[in-house]
Amino acid sequence: MTELADPVAWLILLPLFWATGAFLLGPGRGAGLAIAGTAVQCALTFVLAGELLAHGSRSHAVGGWGAPLGIDLGVDGLAAVMLLLTQMAGLPLLLFARGYFRPDDAAARHFWPLAGFLLAGLNALFLSADLFNLYVTLELVGLAAVGLVAAGGGAGQIAAALRYLFATLVGSGMYLLGVALVYGAYGTVSIAPLAPLVDAGAPAAVRIAAALMLAGLMLKTALFPFHYWLPPAHGGAPAPVSALLSALVVKASFYLILRLWLGPFAPLADAVAWLPALLGSAAILWGSWRAIRAARLKMLVAWSTVAQLGYLFLIFPLLGPDAGSGNTALQAGGMQVVAHGLAKAAMFTAAGVLIHVTGRDDVAGVAGIADRLPVTLFAFALAGVTLMGLPPSGGFLAKWLLIDAALAQGQWGLVAVIVAGGLLAAAYVFRVLRQAFMVPPQGERRHPAQHASPLLEWTAFALAAASVLLGLRGMELLRLLAVGSGT
Amino acid sequence: MTTGLVFAVAGAILFSMGVAGVILLAHLLRRILAFNLMGSGAFLVLVGLAQRAGIADPVPQAMVLTGIVVAVAATALALALARRLHALTGAYTLPEARDD
Repeated sequence: MTELADPVAWLILLPLFWATGAFLLGPGRGAGLAIAGTAVQCALTFVLAGELLAHGSRSHAVGGWGAPLGIDLGVDGLAAVMLLLTQMAGLPLLLFARGYFRPDDAAARHFWPLAGFLLAGLNALFLSADLFNLYVTLELVGLAAVGLVAAGGGAGQIAAALRYLFATLVGSGMYLLGVALVYGAYGTVSIAPLAPLVDAGAPAAVRIAAALMLAGLMLKTALFPFHYWLPPAHGGAPAPVSALLSALVVKASFYLILRLWLGPFAPLADAVAWLPALLGSAAILWGSWRAIRAARLKMLVAWSTVAQLGYLFLIFPLLGPDAGSGNTALQAGGMQVVAHGLAKAAMFTAAGVLIHVTGRDDVAGVAGIADRLPVTLFAFALAGVTLMGLPPSGGFLAKWLLIDAALAQGQWGLVAVIVAGGLLAAAYVFRVLRQAFMVPPQGERRHPAQHASPLLEWTAFALAAASVLLGLRGMELLRLLAVGSGT
Repeated sequence: MTTGLVFAVAGAILFSMGVAGVILLAHLLRRILAFNLMGSGAFLVLVGLAQRAGIADPVPQAMVLTGIVVAVAATALALALARRLHALTGAYTLPEARDD
């Protein structure tokens, strides 16, 4: 393959091009450009995944200048899975956004360019192979995401964006200080050469660096108790933005935690592996409880994100002790990232349609919606099936693999949390469904003229269906995940 | 104590002060300034620690330049958001979050 046609470089360049184009063209034609660009990115990702399955992981020296002088990009199974999720969730979400924003909407002017910069930042993050480049991409993703939260322009949204901005800046600042300490100790920031240098007897500066970097990234992933910024930011933004943030952005910093944990910091991390699992368990219980109690529909979905992110952190104590079940735990993590990404994108878009049609943002407002918006409600329910972990969904596969790994290592506490989390998820999903099938109080029948466009309804449905059908195509995804991980 | 270490320790202190400021202060402008203090602290550590036998290493200096560009962009975004919030609410502090 020639240098110029390498999908690795184009996955970063293409969204940068269409983001700039969308800014110049304005929301109408810019939207078309964005959707066309993302469709090409989808195709490129499939080509890349096929290459990886055939030839294994590889790297790409940008512009022909390799490290240490230039920037090296690398792609392995884990990165490819994240790229697939980003493109596969991104395309339906952009289609949804095209139907969601009216052309004269102020938010639409900023949405298309910012969404492009967000996707470029995410793709660059998944492809980066050195710690400093990862810092820059983290900031790119963070700033684009903050801009998207603020795009609506209301006082509540600006305040949520500022709160999110400060959280994300402190998070990446801690990460940067960690990078500085690592460079001071070893004189390199490339991940692959670092891994053999760090061992259990690493100097204190490196331990502090690891703690700073992981804590900063946990803040950005909104792990309990750092979740305070997430519900207002995700619950207050326009529906396509909430979906992009909940499905993709928080997964980026989790991906980086996993990279560091499995790579350079593996010898240091095992001693404290119970800590993320403990915080993850607290996140599942507290997030689910707040989702059950939430008054507004989008807050319910946002709190559910806090809970579902908790599952990702349950895998850490299972990764180290035993190679076989450790690999199962890693597969569970990868599957949960993809399943939750698709399901949460579906749930936020479906919630957006419900709010758009009923004109109310509280959970009680969906009363009687079942006979008016059956497709949207079905999408919401299917996404709920994945979150609860019912077969044959991707969420079921993730939780099944996780329970399998936990049982193999006798971690009964984790099994109890996983099962309890599924039941709590059922409680908040059925809270919405029950309301939707109820007859609305007499005299409260709202303007029945308002209907959602089929584009909105069916993109939400497609995302939800993908999250369920993922369970049936799970083996392919797990095979891709294993590329380059040495197992 | 070498000069590099002095820079690094000063950077660590500045960074801690910056983090405390971003978390504890209420006024948005002060928080944005605290964020810049935090960034400068991290840059000092990056440049200070990476001296080998008194000779400066060019790689972290290039990193710091990149970091400054990022910090300027983040500061500009934060200032724009703070101005917008002031125009809408008349205050330079964040209102209570509604998270239910």
